[in-house]
Amino acid sequence: MSVLAYVESFKGKIKKNALEIVSYSRELAIKLDTNLVTIVLNVDDTSELNKHGASKVLKVTNSELESFDAKLYANVIAQAAKANNSNYIVLSSSLDTRYLAPLLSIELEAGYISNVVELPSSLNPFTIKRTSFTNKAFCDSTIDSDIKIIGLSSNAFGISENNTEGLLEDFNPTLSEKKITINSTEKVSGKISIADADIVVSAGRGLKGPENWNIIEELAETLGAATACSKPVSDMGWRPHSEHVGQTGKPVATNLYIAIGISGAIQHLAGINSSKIKVVINNDPEAPFFKAADYGVVGDAFDVVPRLTEKLKAFKA
Amino acid sequence: MKVLVCISHVPDTTSKINFTDGDTVFDSQGVQFVINPNDEFGLTRAMWFKEKQNATIDVINVGSSNTEPTLRKALAIGADKAIRIDSEPIDGMFVSKEIAEYIKSNHYDLIIAGRESIDYNGGMVPGLIAGLLQINFVTNCTKLEIEGTKATFEREIDGGKEILSCDLPLIIGGQKGLVEESDLRIPNMRGIMQARQKPLEVIPPSTSSSKTKSIKFYKPAPREEVKLVSPDNLDQLIDLLHNEAKVL
Ligand SMILES: Cc1cc2nc3c(=O)[nH]c(=O)nc-3n(C[C@H](O)[C@H](O)[C@H](O)COP(=O)(O)OP(=O)(O)OC[C@H]3O[C@@H](n4cnc5c(N)ncnc54)[C@H](O)[C@@H]3O)c2cc1C
Repeated sequence: MSVLAYVESFKGKIKKNALEIVSYSRELAIKLDTNLVTIVLNVDDTSELNKHGASKVLKVTNSELESFDAKLYANVIAQAAKANNSNYIVLSSSLDTRYLAPLLSIELEAGYISNVVELPSSLNPFTIKRTSFTNKAFCDSTIDSDIKIIGLSSNAFGISENNTEGLLEDFNPTLSEKKITINSTEKVSGKISIADADIVVSAGRGLKGPENWNIIEELAETLGAATACSKPVSDMGWRPHSEHVGQTGKPVATNLYIAIGISGAIQHLAGINSSKIKVVINNDPEAPFFKAADYGVVGDAFDVVPRLTEKLKAFKA
Repeated sequence: MKVLVCISHVPDTTSKINFTDGDTVFDSQGVQFVINPNDEFGLTRAMWFKEKQNATIDVINVGSSNTEPTLRKALAIGADKAIRIDSEPIDGMFVSKEIAEYIKSNHYDLIIAGRESIDYNGGMVPGLIAGLLQINFVTNCTKLEIEGTKATFEREIDGGKEILSCDLPLIIGGQKGLVEESDLRIPNMRGIMQARQKPLEVIPPSTSSSKTKSIKFYKPAPREEVKLVSPDNLDQLIDLLHNEAKVL
């Protein structure tokens, strides 16, 4: 028996969300009284994983795995799980990992629960808490199969440090044939993505027009935050669709979500609710967002936001 | 070209979420049900395949007879035939096995599902079907074109997008982008009348098993009142975020 954590990387570097996966998996392994094995693809220096509790690291180095392919990756993880008798597999909630998870579930005949927010509350029957109804509720779910796959929500558990002696092992899976060709990839460079950001600055129709977004971008830059927007803003073409967050857009689970000129419609809140701290800036004290936020400023965005940015610059300096 | 669209029947996005029977089942009383938004984008894209490329469009749902109005709506929008597998869904695996069994005996070139349902949010049905049938699969699909036996599509990735291609058959997990909000269709009177004549096949479930169960639901604890900070005292906001919330 063992717990297998899949560590995501991008261009040879371990992604931050993977450290949360390792931290969670370590606690899970302790609870199960078993070992934690991590698998990582095409990363040279894996010492960081030991800092967060990985006792065994499987290192896969293969140029065929340079770019993401859900089927191949799922197959590699399945081979690692079989080789290590792993009956618990922990995955992140990134888009790539959510893509491969169901394929892995079929390969291993494993029950898969996504959007998990805690360690299991019981081991027998194996019971674990997940979000459901797009964050409007939680649900205790059981997994009845021998092998279990846990998809952890971002920022649900946090990152902890636990220096561990590490065993490093080269792992050489056999690779199946690629069926899907990547013709091109576009990644917005220099900008932090909503999925990777600790802070997200989001703005809505209250900003009146795309020409006013400079105050939003400046605040985001000062905080090292990603920018996001409400649905009508992207529908009207003020901002790119990739910034649309909410029930029908991207989910957001950051440490700090700042909503500016967003009313707080139920569909918007559903998508951002699992963020830890929510701040709302809105000139209407009756805006529903105030009922969902931790901190609020009733005021005009065009007045408040530039002054807040200045103060934050001073604070950071 | 034969296209199958998987339709999940979900509470409207504005619904109040409550549970009954000791918090074990969703309380559907007074709740309006709709086509899952991600599936509706896919269904609309399928209509374009029908109109421009002569495709036949079937829609499928695993559910009790309560879901029939949702399937009729899909027919009114323009689907040719509806299939309902007569069983309460237990989990994503159960639904996927049932749909995969149907596809095994009814060939489709393209299967369109949503990236996730807005009730259970499993985000796994299209991927599980792909795994069961060993066919090509993409999720978070934001554009899709089919020419002959080849598909070209766009996938949202964290911080960008990817353009991909593969051979049919293909199953996608679709979302906004396949079509835009403004392309969505409201059934007209003629569509509604026609839908009454269209076939809605009800078939018994095969003997699929589930691997997970939802045993108890609960709502988040009521939150504390928002702390208001005066716009003239933004230093206080920074102080609270730094010292109290510890997020700065
Ligand atoms: C099926 C469905 C799915 C949906 N999915 C989503 C989704 O995923 N994401 C999403 O965001 N929405 C979604 N919506 C839309 C949602 O219902 C709301 O319409 C939308 O979130 C409103 O956007 P908004 O807050 O930017 O605009 P508004 O509701 O117009 O709010 C603008 C706010 O700005 C404030 N304001 C105005 N001027 C200023 C100023 N100078 N300074 C400060 N504040 C100001 C106003 O007081 C107001 O509260 C969905 C709707 C449906 C029906």
